[in-house]
Amino acid sequence: MTQAASHPVEARGLVKRYGDVVAVDDVDLTVRAGDVYGYLGPNGAGKTTSLRMLLGLIRPTGGEARLFGHDPLVEGARALDGVAGFVEAPRFYPYLSGRKNLELVHGYDGGGPRAKIDEVLDVVDLADRAKDKVGGYSHGMKQRLGIAGALLREPRLLLLDEPTTGLDPAGMRDMRTLVRRLADGGMTILLSSHLLAEVEELCDRVAIIRKGSIVFEGALADLRRSAAAAGWKLRSGDEERALAVCRAQPGIEEPRREGEEIRFTATESAVPELVVALVEAGAPVHSLAPEHVTLEALFFRLTEGDGTAAPAAVDGGAAPAPAEAQS
Amino acid sequence: MSRPGVGTVYRWEARKLVSQKRTYLGFALAAFVPLAFVVALGLENGSPENVPFGRYVRDSGLAIPLVGLVFGSVWFFPLIASLVAGDIVASEDQNGTLKTILTRSVGRGQVFAGKVLVAITYALLALLLYGTVGIVAGILASGYNPLVTLSGTVVQPDRALLLTFASFGVYLMPVIAIASIAVLLSTVTRNSAVAVVGTLMLALVMQLLAILPGLGGLQPYLLPDQFNAWQGLLRIPADLAPVGRAAWVSALYAVPSLLAAWIVFMRRDVAGG
Repeated sequence: MTQAASHPVEARGLVKRYGDVVAVDDVDLTVRAGDVYGYLGPNGAGKTTSLRMLLGLIRPTGGEARLFGHDPLVEGARALDGVAGFVEAPRFYPYLSGRKNLELVHGYDGGGPRAKIDEVLDVVDLADRAKDKVGGYSHGMKQRLGIAGALLREPRLLLLDEPTTGLDPAGMRDMRTLVRRLADGGMTILLSSHLLAEVEELCDRVAIIRKGSIVFEGALADLRRSAAAAGWKLRSGDEERALAVCRAQPGIEEPRREGEEIRFTATESAVPELVVALVEAGAPVHSLAPEHVTLEALFFRLTEGDGTAAPAAVDGGAAPAPAEAQS
Repeated sequence: MSRPGVGTVYRWEARKLVSQKRTYLGFALAAFVPLAFVVALGLENGSPENVPFGRYVRDSGLAIPLVGLVFGSVWFFPLIASLVAGDIVASEDQNGTLKTILTRSVGRGQVFAGKVLVAITYALLALLLYGTVGIVAGILASGYNPLVTLSGTVVQPDRALLLTFASFGVYLMPVIAIASIAVLLSTVTRNSAVAVVGTLMLALVMQLLAILPGLGGLQPYLLPDQFNAWQGLLRIPADLAPVGRAAWVSALYAVPSLLAAWIVFMRRDVAGG
Protein backbone atom coordinates (compact mmCIF):
# COMPACT_ATOMS: atom_id res chain seq x y z
CA MET A 1 0.00 0.00 0.00
CA THR A 2 2.11 2.89 -1.19
CA GLN A 3 1.10 6.39 -0.28
CA ALA A 4 1.29 7.62 -3.86
CA ALA A 5 -1.50 5.29 -4.90
CA SER A 6 -3.31 5.26 -1.61
CA HIS A 7 -7.07 5.01 -1.50
CA PRO A 8 -9.14 6.89 1.05
CA VAL A 9 -9.71 3.61 2.90
CA GLU A 10 -7.70 0.44 2.66
CA ALA A 11 -8.16 -2.28 5.22
CA ARG A 12 -6.40 -5.59 4.89
CA GLY A 13 -7.08 -8.63 7.02
CA LEU A 14 -8.68 -6.67 9.84
CA VAL A 15 -9.44 -8.88 12.81
CA LYS A 16 -10.87 -7.96 16.18
CA ARG A 17 -11.32 -10.57 18.87
CA TYR A 18 -12.82 -10.12 22.31
CA GLY A 19 -11.77 -13.28 24.09
CA ASP A 20 -13.34 -16.12 22.16
CA VAL A 21 -15.68 -13.83 20.26
CA VAL A 22 -14.50 -12.78 16.81
CA ALA A 23 -16.22 -9.45 16.13
CA VAL A 24 -14.41 -8.78 12.85
CA ASP A 25 -12.81 -11.59 10.92
CA ASP A 26 -10.28 -10.91 8.19
CA VAL A 27 -12.05 -7.93 6.66
CA ASP A 28 -10.67 -6.31 3.52
CA LEU A 29 -12.13 -2.99 2.40
CA THR A 30 -11.11 -0.64 -0.37
CA VAL A 31 -12.89 2.66 -0.71
CA ARG A 32 -11.76 4.62 -3.75
CA ALA A 33 -11.73 8.39 -4.14
CA GLY A 34 -15.21 9.60 -5.06
CA ASP A 35 -16.97 6.43 -3.91
CA VAL A 36 -20.16 6.53 -1.98
CA TYR A 37 -19.45 3.23 -0.37
CA GLY A 38 -22.09 1.31 1.52
CA TYR A 39 -20.99 -0.89 4.39
CA LEU A 40 -24.02 -3.03 4.81
CA GLY A 41 -24.88 -5.64 7.35
CA PRO A 42 -27.34 -6.49 10.08
CA ASN A 43 -26.93 -5.09 13.57
CA GLY A 44 -24.03 -6.75 15.34
CA ALA A 45 -22.35 -7.89 12.12
CA GLY A 46 -19.16 -5.94 12.91
CA LYS A 47 -19.68 -2.69 10.99
CA THR A 48 -19.10 -0.31 13.90
CA THR A 49 -16.13 -2.28 15.18
CA SER A 50 -14.60 -2.08 11.70
CA LEU A 51 -15.14 1.68 11.56
CA ARG A 52 -13.66 2.15 15.02
CA MET A 53 -10.57 0.29 13.85
CA LEU A 54 -10.37 2.47 10.74
CA LEU A 55 -10.42 5.59 12.94
CA GLY A 56 -7.85 4.22 15.37
CA LEU A 57 -10.31 4.12 18.26
CA ILE A 58 -9.79 0.42 18.82
CA ARG A 59 -6.72 -1.64 18.19
CA PRO A 60 -7.10 -4.50 15.70
CA THR A 61 -6.12 -7.96 16.86
CA GLY A 62 -4.74 -8.48 13.37
CA GLY A 63 -4.41 -6.75 10.02
CA GLU A 64 -4.09 -3.06 9.31
CA ALA A 65 -6.16 -0.09 8.27
CA ARG A 66 -4.97 2.94 6.35
CA LEU A 67 -6.68 6.21 5.54
CA PHE A 68 -5.11 7.90 2.53
CA GLY A 69 -2.13 5.65 3.17
CA HIS A 70 -1.74 6.56 6.85
CA ASP A 71 -2.18 4.15 9.72
CA PRO A 72 -3.94 5.82 12.70
CA LEU A 73 -2.35 3.36 15.10
CA VAL A 74 1.11 4.35 13.98
CA GLU A 75 0.64 8.02 13.14
CA GLY A 76 -2.10 8.93 15.62
CA ALA A 77 -4.20 12.01 14.93
CA ARG A 78 -2.10 12.95 11.87
CA ALA A 79 -3.48 9.92 10.07
CA LEU A 80 -6.95 11.43 10.37
CA ASP A 81 -6.09 14.54 8.36
CA GLY A 82 -8.78 14.92 5.71
CA VAL A 83 -11.00 12.39 7.49
CA ALA A 84 -14.10 13.02 9.56
CA GLY A 85 -17.23 11.28 10.67
CA PHE A 86 -18.72 9.46 13.59
CA VAL A 87 -19.28 5.95 14.82
CA GLU A 88 -22.60 5.00 16.36
CA ALA A 89 -24.49 8.07 17.49
CA PRO A 90 -22.43 11.27 17.55
CA ARG A 91 -21.84 12.34 21.14
CA PHE A 92 -21.43 15.83 22.48
CA TYR A 93 -21.24 17.55 25.85
CA PRO A 94 -24.84 17.96 26.98
CA TYR A 95 -24.09 20.93 29.24
CA LEU A 96 -22.63 22.96 26.35
CA SER A 97 -24.62 24.57 23.55
CA GLY A 98 -24.49 23.19 20.04
CA ARG A 99 -22.30 26.10 18.99
CA LYS A 100 -19.94 25.67 21.96
CA ASN A 101 -19.61 21.98 21.14
CA LEU A 102 -18.69 22.88 17.57
CA GLU A 103 -16.23 25.49 18.82
CA LEU A 104 -14.68 22.81 21.01
CA VAL A 105 -14.19 20.27 18.23
CA HIS A 106 -13.06 23.07 15.91
CA GLY A 107 -10.51 24.02 18.56
CA TYR A 108 -9.39 20.41 18.74
CA ASP A 109 -8.79 20.64 15.00
CA GLY A 110 -6.59 23.67 15.43
CA GLY A 111 -9.29 26.30 15.20
CA GLY A 112 -9.94 28.65 12.34
CA PRO A 113 -12.46 31.24 11.30
CA ARG A 114 -15.64 31.20 13.36
CA ALA A 115 -17.62 31.87 10.22
CA LYS A 116 -16.96 28.23 9.37
CA ILE A 117 -19.11 27.24 12.35
CA ASP A 118 -21.97 29.40 11.13
CA GLU A 119 -21.56 27.89 7.71
CA VAL A 120 -21.86 24.26 8.87
CA LEU A 121 -24.71 25.13 11.21
CA ASP A 122 -26.54 26.45 8.16
CA VAL A 123 -25.72 23.33 6.15
CA VAL A 124 -27.36 21.09 8.76
CA ASP A 125 -30.12 23.57 9.47
CA LEU A 126 -29.31 24.06 13.14
CA ALA A 127 -28.47 27.76 13.15
CA ASP A 128 -31.59 28.73 15.09
CA ARG A 129 -30.93 26.16 17.85
CA ALA A 130 -27.18 26.67 18.06
CA LYS A 131 -27.34 28.48 21.40
CA ASP A 132 -29.40 25.76 23.08
CA LYS A 133 -27.69 23.14 25.22
CA VAL A 134 -27.17 19.84 23.44
CA GLY A 135 -28.80 18.05 26.39
CA GLY A 136 -32.11 19.37 25.08
CA TYR A 137 -31.55 18.30 21.47
CA SER A 138 -33.58 15.57 19.81
CA HIS A 139 -31.82 12.53 18.39
CA GLY A 140 -32.11 13.92 14.89
CA MET A 141 -30.60 17.25 15.91
CA LYS A 142 -27.65 15.45 17.50
CA GLN A 143 -27.16 13.48 14.30
CA ARG A 144 -27.14 16.71 12.31
CA LEU A 145 -24.76 18.30 14.80
CA GLY A 146 -22.53 15.27 14.29
CA ILE A 147 -22.50 15.94 10.57
CA ALA A 148 -21.76 19.62 11.24
CA GLY A 149 -18.85 18.64 13.48
CA ALA A 150 -17.53 16.40 10.74
CA LEU A 151 -17.89 19.06 8.04
CA LEU A 152 -15.81 21.49 10.12
CA ARG A 153 -12.81 19.35 9.20
CA GLU A 154 -13.50 19.92 5.51
CA PRO A 155 -12.96 16.20 4.97
CA ARG A 156 -12.07 14.42 1.79
CA LEU A 157 -13.41 11.24 3.40
CA LEU A 158 -16.54 11.14 5.53
CA LEU A 159 -17.31 8.07 7.61
CA LEU A 160 -20.89 7.83 8.75
CA ASP A 161 -22.15 5.03 10.94
CA GLU A 162 -25.89 4.49 10.69
CA PRO A 163 -26.56 8.21 10.22
CA THR A 164 -30.33 7.79 9.88
CA THR A 165 -30.89 5.42 12.77
CA GLY A 166 -33.53 6.73 15.11
CA LEU A 167 -34.66 9.49 12.76
CA ASP A 168 -38.25 9.97 11.70
CA PRO A 169 -39.05 9.62 7.98
CA ALA A 170 -38.55 13.32 7.31
CA GLY A 171 -35.27 13.28 9.20
CA MET A 172 -34.11 10.25 7.24
CA ARG A 173 -35.00 11.96 3.98
CA ASP A 174 -33.16 15.13 4.98
CA MET A 175 -30.09 13.18 6.10
CA ARG A 176 -29.98 11.24 2.84
CA THR A 177 -30.39 14.41 0.85
CA LEU A 178 -27.47 15.91 2.74
CA VAL A 179 -25.29 12.85 2.15
CA ARG A 180 -26.19 12.88 -1.54
CA ARG A 181 -25.32 16.57 -1.75
CA LEU A 182 -21.94 16.02 -0.09
CA ALA A 183 -21.21 13.11 -2.40
CA ASP A 184 -22.18 15.18 -5.43
CA GLY A 185 -19.66 17.74 -4.23
CA GLY A 186 -16.92 15.16 -4.65
CA MET A 187 -16.56 13.92 -1.09
CA THR A 188 -15.75 10.24 -0.62
CA ILE A 189 -18.26 8.71 1.75
CA LEU A 190 -18.18 5.46 3.66
CA LEU A 191 -21.70 4.88 4.90
CA SER A 192 -22.39 2.08 7.31
CA SER A 193 -25.99 0.98 7.43
CA HIS A 194 -28.26 -1.94 8.10
CA LEU A 195 -30.85 -0.45 5.76
CA LEU A 196 -30.64 -1.85 2.26
CA ALA A 197 -32.92 0.82 0.82
CA GLU A 198 -30.62 3.53 2.15
CA VAL A 199 -27.55 1.94 0.62
CA GLU A 200 -29.38 1.35 -2.67
CA GLU A 201 -30.41 4.98 -2.77
CA LEU A 202 -27.05 6.50 -1.92
CA CYS A 203 -24.21 4.16 -2.72
CA ASP A 204 -22.44 3.00 -5.83
CA ARG A 205 -20.20 0.39 -4.26
CA VAL A 206 -20.94 -1.86 -1.36
CA ALA A 207 -19.46 -4.35 1.05
CA ILE A 208 -21.78 -6.71 2.86
CA ILE A 209 -20.64 -8.01 6.20
CA ARG A 210 -22.07 -11.02 7.95
CA LYS A 211 -20.94 -12.23 11.37
CA GLY A 212 -17.73 -10.26 11.08
CA SER A 213 -16.78 -11.38 7.57
CA ILE A 214 -17.23 -9.75 4.19
CA VAL A 215 -19.53 -11.84 2.01
CA PHE A 216 -19.60 -9.43 -0.92
CA GLU A 217 -17.63 -6.44 -2.03
CA GLY A 218 -18.14 -4.71 -5.33
CA ALA A 219 -20.37 -2.47 -7.38
CA LEU A 220 -23.98 -2.26 -6.36
CA ALA A 221 -24.91 -2.78 -10.02
CA ASP A 222 -23.15 -6.16 -9.99
CA LEU A 223 -24.95 -7.14 -6.83
CA ARG A 224 -28.22 -6.23 -8.51
CA ARG A 225 -27.27 -8.28 -11.56
CA SER A 226 -26.44 -11.29 -9.47
CA ALA A 227 -29.68 -10.82 -7.58
CA ALA A 228 -31.65 -10.80 -10.81
CA ALA A 229 -30.28 -14.12 -12.02
CA ALA A 230 -29.29 -15.93 -8.93
CA GLY A 231 -31.74 -18.78 -9.35
CA TRP A 232 -33.60 -20.68 -12.07
CA LYS A 233 -36.87 -22.60 -12.19
CA LEU A 234 -37.57 -25.48 -14.56
CA ARG A 235 -40.86 -27.13 -15.46
CA SER A 236 -40.63 -30.54 -17.10
CA GLY A 237 -43.09 -33.27 -17.87
CA ASP A 238 -40.74 -35.74 -16.18
CA GLU A 239 -39.52 -34.13 -12.98
CA GLU A 240 -37.63 -37.18 -11.71
CA ARG A 241 -35.56 -37.51 -14.88
CA ALA A 242 -35.02 -33.76 -15.13
CA LEU A 243 -33.85 -33.61 -11.50
CA ALA A 244 -31.38 -36.43 -12.14
CA VAL A 245 -29.99 -34.59 -15.18
CA CYS A 246 -29.67 -31.36 -13.16
CA ARG A 247 -27.79 -33.18 -10.41
CA ALA A 248 -25.36 -34.63 -12.90
CA GLN A 249 -24.80 -31.44 -14.86
CA PRO A 250 -21.68 -29.34 -14.12
CA GLY A 251 -22.41 -25.73 -13.11
CA ILE A 252 -25.84 -26.54 -11.73
CA GLU A 253 -25.95 -25.98 -7.99
CA GLU A 254 -28.45 -27.19 -5.40
CA PRO A 255 -31.14 -28.60 -7.66
CA ARG A 256 -34.27 -29.40 -5.68
CA ARG A 257 -37.87 -30.23 -6.43
CA GLU A 258 -40.52 -27.82 -5.20
CA GLY A 259 -43.97 -29.02 -6.24
CA GLU A 260 -44.08 -29.23 -10.00
CA GLU A 261 -40.95 -27.12 -10.38
CA ILE A 262 -37.27 -27.83 -10.12
CA ARG A 263 -35.23 -24.95 -8.72
CA PHE A 264 -31.48 -24.49 -8.85
CA THR A 265 -28.79 -21.87 -9.00
CA ALA A 266 -26.44 -21.62 -11.94
CA THR A 267 -24.27 -19.32 -13.94
CA GLU A 268 -25.87 -18.17 -17.18
CA SER A 269 -23.34 -20.10 -19.27
CA ALA A 270 -24.30 -23.41 -17.64
CA VAL A 271 -27.99 -23.12 -18.52
CA PRO A 272 -27.83 -23.75 -22.33
CA GLU A 273 -25.74 -26.86 -21.69
CA LEU A 274 -28.38 -28.03 -19.24
CA VAL A 275 -31.09 -27.65 -21.89
CA VAL A 276 -29.09 -29.79 -24.31
CA ALA A 277 -28.54 -32.40 -21.61
CA LEU A 278 -32.25 -32.47 -20.73
CA VAL A 279 -33.27 -32.93 -24.36
CA GLU A 280 -30.66 -35.66 -24.89
CA ALA A 281 -31.91 -37.44 -21.76
CA GLY A 282 -35.50 -37.28 -23.03
CA ALA A 283 -36.72 -34.97 -20.29
CA PRO A 284 -39.17 -32.50 -21.81
CA VAL A 285 -38.60 -28.82 -21.08
CA HIS A 286 -41.90 -26.99 -20.66
CA SER A 287 -40.35 -23.84 -19.32
CA LEU A 288 -37.01 -22.66 -17.99
CA ALA A 289 -36.79 -19.15 -16.56
CA PRO A 290 -34.60 -17.14 -14.22
CA GLU A 291 -35.99 -16.80 -10.77
CA HIS A 292 -36.19 -13.10 -10.02
CA VAL A 293 -34.78 -12.53 -6.59
CA THR A 294 -35.03 -9.04 -5.21
CA LEU A 295 -31.93 -7.33 -3.91
CA GLU A 296 -33.52 -7.42 -0.51
CA ALA A 297 -34.01 -11.18 -0.68
CA LEU A 298 -30.39 -11.60 -1.75
CA PHE A 299 -29.27 -9.40 1.14
CA PHE A 300 -31.17 -11.57 3.58
CA ARG A 301 -29.72 -14.70 2.00
CA LEU A 302 -26.25 -13.25 2.36
CA THR A 303 -26.66 -12.07 5.89
CA GLU A 304 -28.96 -14.65 7.42
CA GLY A 305 -29.21 -18.40 7.52
CA ASP A 306 -26.24 -20.24 6.08
CA GLY A 307 -25.41 -17.41 3.69
CA THR A 308 -24.96 -19.74 0.74
CA ALA A 309 -26.05 -17.18 -1.82
CA ALA A 310 -22.77 -15.33 -1.97
CA PRO A 311 -22.42 -13.95 -5.47
CA ALA A 312 -19.18 -13.81 -7.36
CA ALA A 313 -16.63 -11.14 -6.59
CA VAL A 314 -16.75 -8.32 -9.05
CA ASP A 315 -15.30 -4.94 -9.81
CA GLY A 316 -11.88 -5.72 -8.51
CA GLY A 317 -13.16 -5.97 -5.00
CA ALA A 318 -12.03 -8.46 -2.45
CA ALA A 319 -12.99 -11.98 -3.29
CA PRO A 320 -15.94 -12.93 -1.17
CA ALA A 321 -15.08 -15.67 1.20
CA PRO A 322 -17.25 -18.74 0.81
CA ALA A 323 -20.29 -18.10 2.90
CA GLU A 324 -20.04 -21.51 4.53
CA ALA A 325 -16.74 -20.47 6.04
CA GLN A 326 -18.11 -17.33 7.69
CA SER A 327 -19.96 -18.61 10.68
CA MET B 1 -4.87 26.19 10.75
CA SER B 2 -2.18 25.19 13.24
CA ARG B 3 -2.03 21.75 14.79
CA PRO B 4 -3.46 21.92 18.31
CA GLY B 5 -1.47 20.90 21.36
CA VAL B 6 -1.78 20.39 25.10
CA GLY B 7 -2.63 24.08 25.56
CA THR B 8 -5.73 23.73 23.41
CA VAL B 9 -6.90 20.71 25.36
CA TYR B 10 -6.18 22.48 28.64
CA ARG B 11 -8.19 25.55 27.65
CA TRP B 12 -11.17 23.52 26.53
CA GLU B 13 -11.05 21.20 29.53
CA ALA B 14 -11.09 24.29 31.74
CA ARG B 15 -14.05 25.72 29.82
CA LYS B 16 -15.89 22.44 30.20
CA LEU B 17 -15.30 22.53 33.95
CA VAL B 18 -16.53 26.11 34.15
CA SER B 19 -19.74 25.02 32.40
CA GLN B 20 -20.56 22.26 34.89
CA LYS B 21 -22.42 22.87 38.11
CA ARG B 22 -20.56 20.18 40.02
CA THR B 23 -17.31 22.08 39.49
CA TYR B 24 -18.66 24.74 41.81
CA LEU B 25 -19.63 22.19 44.43
CA GLY B 26 -15.97 21.65 45.30
CA PHE B 27 -15.27 25.37 45.28
CA ALA B 28 -18.34 26.02 47.41
CA LEU B 29 -17.20 23.41 49.93
CA ALA B 30 -13.69 24.87 49.93
CA ALA B 31 -15.13 28.27 50.79
CA PHE B 32 -17.78 26.99 53.17
CA VAL B 33 -15.64 24.88 55.50
CA PRO B 34 -13.36 27.68 56.81
CA LEU B 35 -16.35 30.02 57.08
CA ALA B 36 -18.27 27.40 59.07
CA PHE B 37 -15.25 26.94 61.33
CA VAL B 38 -15.05 30.66 62.04
CA VAL B 39 -18.81 30.88 62.67
CA ALA B 40 -18.58 27.90 65.04
CA LEU B 41 -15.75 29.62 66.91
CA GLY B 42 -17.93 32.69 67.29
CA LEU B 43 -20.81 30.65 68.67
CA GLU B 44 -18.82 28.50 71.11
CA ASN B 45 -16.20 29.13 73.74
CA GLY B 46 -12.94 27.24 73.72
CA SER B 47 -10.74 26.11 70.87
CA PRO B 48 -9.44 22.86 69.33
CA GLU B 49 -6.61 22.43 71.79
CA ASN B 50 -5.27 19.11 70.55
CA VAL B 51 -4.40 20.10 67.00
CA PRO B 52 -1.41 22.23 65.97
CA PHE B 53 -2.24 25.95 66.25
CA GLY B 54 -5.64 25.05 67.71
CA ARG B 55 -5.01 26.89 70.95
CA TYR B 56 -4.11 30.13 69.11
CA VAL B 57 -7.19 30.48 66.90
CA ARG B 58 -8.58 33.23 69.11
CA ASP B 59 -5.24 35.05 69.32
CA SER B 60 -4.35 35.25 65.63
CA GLY B 61 -6.56 34.92 62.60
CA LEU B 62 -3.61 33.36 60.76
CA ALA B 63 -3.87 30.27 62.95
CA ILE B 64 -7.30 29.50 61.52
CA PRO B 65 -6.25 28.47 57.95
CA LEU B 66 -3.47 26.37 59.47
CA VAL B 67 -5.94 24.49 61.64
CA GLY B 68 -7.97 24.09 58.47
CA LEU B 69 -5.03 22.36 56.84
CA VAL B 70 -4.88 19.83 59.67
CA PHE B 71 -8.59 19.05 59.44
CA GLY B 72 -8.60 19.07 55.66
CA SER B 73 -6.09 16.27 55.34
CA VAL B 74 -8.35 13.52 56.70
CA TRP B 75 -10.95 13.41 53.95
CA PHE B 76 -11.76 16.90 52.79
CA PHE B 77 -8.89 17.52 50.42
CA PRO B 78 -8.76 13.95 49.16
CA LEU B 79 -12.44 14.49 48.28
CA ILE B 80 -11.88 17.87 46.64
CA ALA B 81 -8.88 16.61 44.67
CA SER B 82 -10.66 13.49 43.46
CA LEU B 83 -13.91 15.28 42.62
CA VAL B 84 -12.58 16.49 39.29
CA ALA B 85 -9.58 14.20 38.83
CA GLY B 86 -11.72 11.10 39.33
CA ASP B 87 -14.22 12.34 36.79
CA ILE B 88 -12.00 13.80 34.14
CA VAL B 89 -11.51 10.69 32.00
CA ALA B 90 -14.40 8.55 33.22
CA SER B 91 -16.99 11.20 32.39
CA GLU B 92 -15.84 11.13 28.76
CA ASP B 93 -16.37 7.37 28.79
CA GLN B 94 -19.78 7.63 30.37
CA ASN B 95 -20.77 10.43 28.01
CA GLY B 96 -19.35 8.67 24.96
CA THR B 97 -17.43 11.83 24.07
CA LEU B 98 -13.98 10.28 24.13
CA LYS B 99 -14.50 9.16 20.53
CA THR B 100 -15.60 12.71 19.67
CA ILE B 101 -12.33 14.28 20.75
CA LEU B 102 -10.06 11.40 19.73
CA THR B 103 -11.20 11.62 16.12
CA ARG B 104 -10.02 15.22 15.77
CA SER B 105 -6.48 16.56 15.31
CA VAL B 106 -5.16 16.16 18.84
CA GLY B 107 -3.20 13.11 19.89
CA ARG B 108 -4.18 10.88 22.77
CA GLY B 109 -1.11 11.92 24.75
CA GLN B 110 -2.05 15.58 24.40
CA VAL B 111 -5.61 14.91 25.52
CA PHE B 112 -4.33 13.03 28.56
CA ALA B 113 -1.79 15.71 29.48
CA GLY B 114 -4.39 18.47 29.16
CA LYS B 115 -6.80 16.61 31.39
CA VAL B 116 -4.19 15.93 34.08
CA LEU B 117 -3.11 19.57 34.11
CA VAL B 118 -6.70 20.75 34.49
CA ALA B 119 -7.34 18.29 37.33
CA ILE B 120 -4.26 19.59 39.15
CA THR B 121 -5.24 23.19 38.45
CA TYR B 122 -8.64 22.54 39.97
CA ALA B 123 -7.08 21.09 43.13
CA LEU B 124 -4.72 24.06 43.30
CA LEU B 125 -7.54 26.59 42.93
CA ALA B 126 -9.67 24.81 45.53
CA LEU B 127 -6.74 24.83 47.94
CA LEU B 128 -6.07 28.50 47.23
CA LEU B 129 -9.71 29.33 47.82
CA TYR B 130 -9.75 27.32 51.05
CA GLY B 131 -6.64 29.12 52.27
CA THR B 132 -7.72 32.58 51.20
CA VAL B 133 -11.18 32.31 52.71
CA GLY B 134 -9.61 30.87 55.87
CA ILE B 135 -7.13 33.73 56.10
CA VAL B 136 -9.69 36.47 55.44
CA ALA B 137 -12.32 34.95 57.74
CA GLY B 138 -9.68 34.27 60.39
CA ILE B 139 -8.35 37.82 60.31
CA LEU B 140 -11.88 39.19 60.52
CA ALA B 141 -12.65 36.94 63.48
CA SER B 142 -9.37 36.97 65.44
CA GLY B 143 -7.33 39.80 63.95
CA TYR B 144 -4.16 40.19 61.95
CA ASN B 145 -1.94 39.37 64.92
CA PRO B 146 1.45 37.76 65.49
CA LEU B 147 1.46 33.96 65.43
CA VAL B 148 3.08 31.57 67.87
CA THR B 149 5.00 28.97 65.90
CA LEU B 150 5.27 25.29 66.75
CA SER B 151 8.65 25.93 68.36
CA GLY B 152 7.09 28.53 70.66
CA THR B 153 8.60 31.64 69.10
CA VAL B 154 6.39 34.44 67.88
CA VAL B 155 6.45 35.68 64.28
CA GLN B 156 5.04 38.93 63.06
CA PRO B 157 1.81 38.83 61.01
CA ASP B 158 3.45 39.64 57.65
CA ARG B 159 5.91 36.78 57.98
CA ALA B 160 3.22 34.52 59.39
CA LEU B 161 1.08 35.26 56.35
CA LEU B 162 3.97 34.37 54.04
CA LEU B 163 4.57 31.14 55.95
CA THR B 164 0.87 30.31 55.74
CA PHE B 165 0.88 30.61 51.94
CA ALA B 166 4.11 28.59 51.80
CA SER B 167 2.41 25.93 53.94
CA PHE B 168 -0.38 25.71 51.42
CA GLY B 169 2.25 25.23 48.72
CA VAL B 170 3.75 22.28 50.59
CA TYR B 171 0.26 20.91 51.19
CA LEU B 172 -0.32 20.92 47.44
CA MET B 173 2.22 18.10 46.95
CA PRO B 174 0.20 15.27 48.56
CA VAL B 175 -2.94 16.81 47.06
CA ILE B 176 -1.39 16.34 43.60
CA ALA B 177 -0.52 12.74 44.55
CA ILE B 178 -4.14 12.12 45.51
CA ALA B 179 -5.34 13.74 42.27
CA SER B 180 -2.97 11.50 40.30
CA ILE B 181 -4.36 8.38 41.95
CA ALA B 182 -7.86 9.63 41.11
CA VAL B 183 -6.84 10.12 37.45
CA LEU B 184 -5.54 6.54 37.38
CA LEU B 185 -8.77 5.16 38.83
CA SER B 186 -10.78 7.34 36.46
CA THR B 187 -8.86 6.00 33.47
CA VAL B 188 -8.89 2.37 34.53
CA THR B 189 -12.41 2.01 35.93
CA ARG B 190 -14.08 4.38 33.41
CA ASN B 191 -16.55 5.16 36.19
CA SER B 192 -16.55 8.54 37.93
CA ALA B 193 -18.24 7.39 41.13
CA VAL B 194 -15.89 4.43 41.54
CA ALA B 195 -12.87 6.66 40.92
CA VAL B 196 -13.94 9.36 43.40
CA VAL B 197 -15.04 6.95 46.13
CA GLY B 198 -12.08 4.67 45.47
CA THR B 199 -9.61 7.53 45.89
CA LEU B 200 -11.32 8.65 49.06
CA MET B 201 -11.29 5.12 50.45
CA LEU B 202 -7.61 4.77 49.62
CA ALA B 203 -6.86 8.02 51.47
CA LEU B 204 -8.85 6.82 54.48
CA VAL B 205 -7.12 3.42 54.46
CA MET B 206 -3.78 5.21 54.52
CA GLN B 207 -5.00 7.23 57.50
CA LEU B 208 -5.90 3.97 59.20
CA LEU B 209 -2.56 2.36 58.40
CA ALA B 210 -0.79 5.42 59.79
CA ILE B 211 -2.34 4.97 63.23
CA LEU B 212 -2.24 1.18 63.47
CA PRO B 213 0.19 -0.03 66.10
CA GLY B 214 3.18 -1.86 64.68
CA LEU B 215 3.06 0.00 61.37
CA GLY B 216 4.90 3.06 62.57
CA GLY B 217 7.78 2.38 60.19
CA LEU B 218 5.38 2.72 57.28
CA GLN B 219 4.03 6.09 58.34
CA PRO B 220 6.68 8.35 56.75
CA TYR B 221 5.93 6.74 53.39
CA LEU B 222 2.17 7.17 53.53
CA LEU B 223 0.42 10.25 52.18
CA PRO B 224 -1.23 11.34 55.48
CA ASP B 225 2.18 12.09 56.91
CA GLN B 226 2.97 14.30 53.92
CA PHE B 227 -0.15 16.35 54.61
CA ASN B 228 1.59 17.46 57.84
CA ALA B 229 4.93 18.31 56.22
CA TRP B 230 4.06 22.03 56.07
CA GLN B 231 4.40 22.16 59.86
CA GLY B 232 8.16 22.07 59.37
CA LEU B 233 7.95 25.58 57.90
CA LEU B 234 6.29 26.86 61.06
CA ARG B 235 9.22 26.11 63.30
CA ILE B 236 12.05 28.48 64.05
CA PRO B 237 14.43 27.55 62.56
CA ALA B 238 12.45 25.89 59.78
CA ASP B 239 12.65 22.10 59.58
CA LEU B 240 12.80 21.39 55.87
CA ALA B 241 13.35 17.63 56.14
CA PRO B 242 9.64 16.74 56.18
CA VAL B 243 9.09 19.11 53.24
CA GLY B 244 11.75 17.33 51.20
CA ARG B 245 10.32 13.96 52.14
CA ALA B 246 6.82 15.12 51.22
CA ALA B 247 8.16 16.04 47.78
CA TRP B 248 9.63 12.67 46.94
CA VAL B 249 7.04 10.54 48.71
CA SER B 250 4.26 12.42 46.92
CA ALA B 251 6.12 11.95 43.64
CA LEU B 252 6.41 8.26 44.47
CA TYR B 253 2.61 8.07 44.42
CA ALA B 254 1.94 10.58 41.66
CA VAL B 255 4.44 9.59 38.97
CA PRO B 256 3.68 5.84 38.77
CA SER B 257 -0.06 6.57 38.94
CA LEU B 258 0.12 9.02 36.05
CA LEU B 259 2.45 6.78 34.09
CA ALA B 260 0.13 3.80 34.48
CA ALA B 261 -2.88 5.94 33.59
CA TRP B 262 -1.07 7.28 30.53
CA ILE B 263 -0.19 3.79 29.31
CA VAL B 264 -3.78 2.61 29.76
CA PHE B 265 -5.16 5.71 28.06
CA MET B 266 -2.80 5.45 25.11
CA ARG B 267 -3.46 1.77 24.46
CA ARG B 268 -7.08 1.33 25.39
CA ASP B 269 -9.90 0.61 23.01
CA VAL B 270 -12.54 3.31 22.79
CA ALA B 271 -15.42 0.97 22.19
CA GLY B 272 -18.22 2.72 24.06
CA GLY B 273 -20.47 5.62 23.22
